[in-house]
Amino acid sequence: MLLQIKNLHASINGKEILRGVNLEVNKGEVHAIMGPNGTGKSTLASVIAGREVFDVTAGEIRYNGKDLQKLSIEDRAREGIFLGFQYPVEIPGVSITNFMRTAVNEIRKFKGLDPLPGGEFLRLMEEKKRLVEITSNLTNRSVNEGFSGGEKKKNEIFQMAMLEPMLAILDETDSGLDIDALRIVANGVNKLRRPDNAFVVITHYQRLLDYIIPDFVHVLFEGKIVKSGGKELALELEEKGYDWIKKEQG
Amino acid sequence: MESPSNKILDEVTQGDYKYGFVTDIETEFAPIGLSEDTVRYISQKKNEPEFMLQFRLKAYRHWLTMSQPHWAHLNIEPIKFQDIIFYAAPKKKQELSSLDEVDPELLATFNKLGISLDEQKKLAGVAGVAVDAVIDSVSVKTTFSETLSKHGIIFCSFSEAVQNHPDLVKQYMGSVVPYTDNYFAALNSAVFSDGSFCFIPKGVRCPMELSTYFRINAANTGQFERTLIVAEEGAYVSYMEGCTAPQRDENQLHAAIVEIVAMKDAEVKYSTVQNWYPGDKNGLGGIYNFVTKRGICKGNNSKISWTQVETGSSITWKYPSCILLGDHSVGEFYSVAVTNNHQQADTGTKMMHLGKNTRSTIISKGISAGKSNNSYRGLVRISKNAVNSRNYSQCDSLLLGAKCGAHTWPYIQVDNKSSIVEHEATTSKISEDQLFYCQQRGISAESAIGLIVNGYAKEVLKQLPMEFAVEAQKLLSISLEGSVG
Ligand SMILES: Nc1ncnc2c1ncn2[C@@H]1O[C@H](COP(=O)(O)OP(=O)(O)O)[C@@H](O)[C@H]1O
Ligand SMILES: [Mg+2]
Repeated sequence: MLLQIKNLHASINGKEILRGVNLEVNKGEVHAIMGPNGTGKSTLASVIAGREVFDVTAGEIRYNGKDLQKLSIEDRAREGIFLGFQYPVEIPGVSITNFMRTAVNEIRKFKGLDPLPGGEFLRLMEEKKRLVEITSNLTNRSVNEGFSGGEKKKNEIFQMAMLEPMLAILDETDSGLDIDALRIVANGVNKLRRPDNAFVVITHYQRLLDYIIPDFVHVLFEGKIVKSGGKELALELEEKGYDWIKKEQG
Repeated sequence: MESPSNKILDEVTQGDYKYGFVTDIETEFAPIGLSEDTVRYISQKKNEPEFMLQFRLKAYRHWLTMSQPHWAHLNIEPIKFQDIIFYAAPKKKQELSSLDEVDPELLATFNKLGISLDEQKKLAGVAGVAVDAVIDSVSVKTTFSETLSKHGIIFCSFSEAVQNHPDLVKQYMGSVVPYTDNYFAALNSAVFSDGSFCFIPKGVRCPMELSTYFRINAANTGQFERTLIVAEEGAYVSYMEGCTAPQRDENQLHAAIVEIVAMKDAEVKYSTVQNWYPGDKNGLGGIYNFVTKRGICKGNNSKISWTQVETGSSITWKYPSCILLGDHSVGEFYSVAVTNNHQQADTGTKMMHLGKNTRSTIISKGISAGKSNNSYRGLVRISKNAVNSRNYSQCDSLLLGAKCGAHTWPYIQVDNKSSIVEHEATTSKISEDQLFYCQQRGISAESAIGLIVNGYAKEVLKQLPMEFAVEAQKLLSISLEGSVG
């Protein structure tokens, strides 16, 4: 098992957001997490990635058999956890190229590898840019600075492609995308699917799941996974809306 | 409760100074303290002509009538001038065969600092850099002087210039920064020991970067260097200055003067990476860096550009300035000043627009961490005759942590109606969001701060010559580095 979350409780400033999440993800699987706004989807992603503003008050997260709580944010990333951000942050003056070279080489160092030579790094960049259909000189621009919504999301998928994670959590990578951008993002994910990695796709809308076919769909509601099923659950949610869940939870 | 990002910042910003070693060399000192005798001693040691002694004495007598300025936003312990040694020179070893030969100990010192004084080594490289190496009060070696002299360029220590080109020294010394200018300028004019002299004749583009490396080695001594750069009509030169000092518990005084003269159509680019010992984490020791740097754009269409990366010194008091006398002349000031722990910096520029259609640009990036204080102080003055002049100023402050301070004092005075002055200022912090984003990509908090700070300072760093840019980038990260918990 790649990821195992047991009875996870997390809070921020004393306010409990996650109230007993259970989730298991195996290699080769794609999981979709859906749910209304403000139920804790991004919080769950942040807690898995190790964001320190959240306090884990109970439960555990195991990744590849390791207790994630013992790892720093950067070590989780180096062990293969990737988070595609719902709201990617701007880093003025730092080019995507420089940012990625730093990331790639710090991860390599962690694995006991030498830095990637400049030429090889640039070749890798070109290959991955093609994968997410980045044709412009986007990678010479400062990270996310002045990017359109679509460029920001493409940039997240591009970075994922560069870092080849074991577990990729994509937080609403589809929201705000037009249909072309959505197709590009979804294609990027599909090309990166392998038997030895896994994806957790957080989304609001069923439409992404037309492109990325999930093995499992979960509904997160008020800090708990209240329903799990196959890809048909997404269609059901699309049809009935979340009110149905709310009523069920009473 | 302290937020996690603050905790990271606190720890990241406690790096160690890497140049704090002392070289054990036999040194000759002036008697401790300051008097007319000290001034005469220095002049005599340097075998100076009478005009130099008179210049020094006038400056000394003027200094006696002045008192230390207190207008800067700095907290300075009183300086005990009678406890300072004003001249320290490495003794020449007897067994060296030629006068040009440098004590291997000194060569090793500069090698350790990453400065090669070996011309052969540099020839293999793409572009050479000529170096004047100054340790304590004297220049120990200037490289490539001969190559440069083929172009008519004079690049030598100030002392040599006094001996070999006294007329040029007489003509220009004190013409931009008179000894009456300020307290530390008067002091420097009385006791300055060495520095660099550089003269680019009419129409010559200097084929290599010129640089001076200043090293303080001896204890209880002050360093008072003086640099003079003259670019004749249509000449161009790019000049770089670097500095380091050993780690000591006492404060050491460094009071320098740099003068630049640019004639018609001439351009001088002056870059500094200042990395004097900043004192320890508790504010003990460090260099007092009190410097007067000024250039005059004397001829029409001339240009002077100052770029500085200030990471060292416990106290920095420094305002590289431009007098824009020639019509259409251009002044630029690009600055990154980093303060950490208990460091204090009060730095900025003065742009004095006197000629018509003169232009100036000021880009200042302050970065404060720890309990430090970082101030920008600038004056843009456009005189009545400087019609159609323009200034653009941008002063940004980046705060790392909650205990440091950033201050901006921009003074603007415009005395005609056709000129335009624009001023922008921002204050920002490294956000927890930015750190998390970087760390999530596998980048350590320490490297993340280095990346973000370098990105923030990019506009200034890109002004540096290639040879300096890489070093400066590393230095910015190192100045803020430490362990991460
Ligand atoms: N940094 C924060 N500070 C305070 N409250 C937060 C913070 N981040 C999220 N929350 C709160 O946690 C809850 C869940 O938010 P989030 O995980 O972003 O939901 P979702 O991604 O499902 O829309 C919301 O009530 C939100 O207001
Ligand atoms: Mg969200």
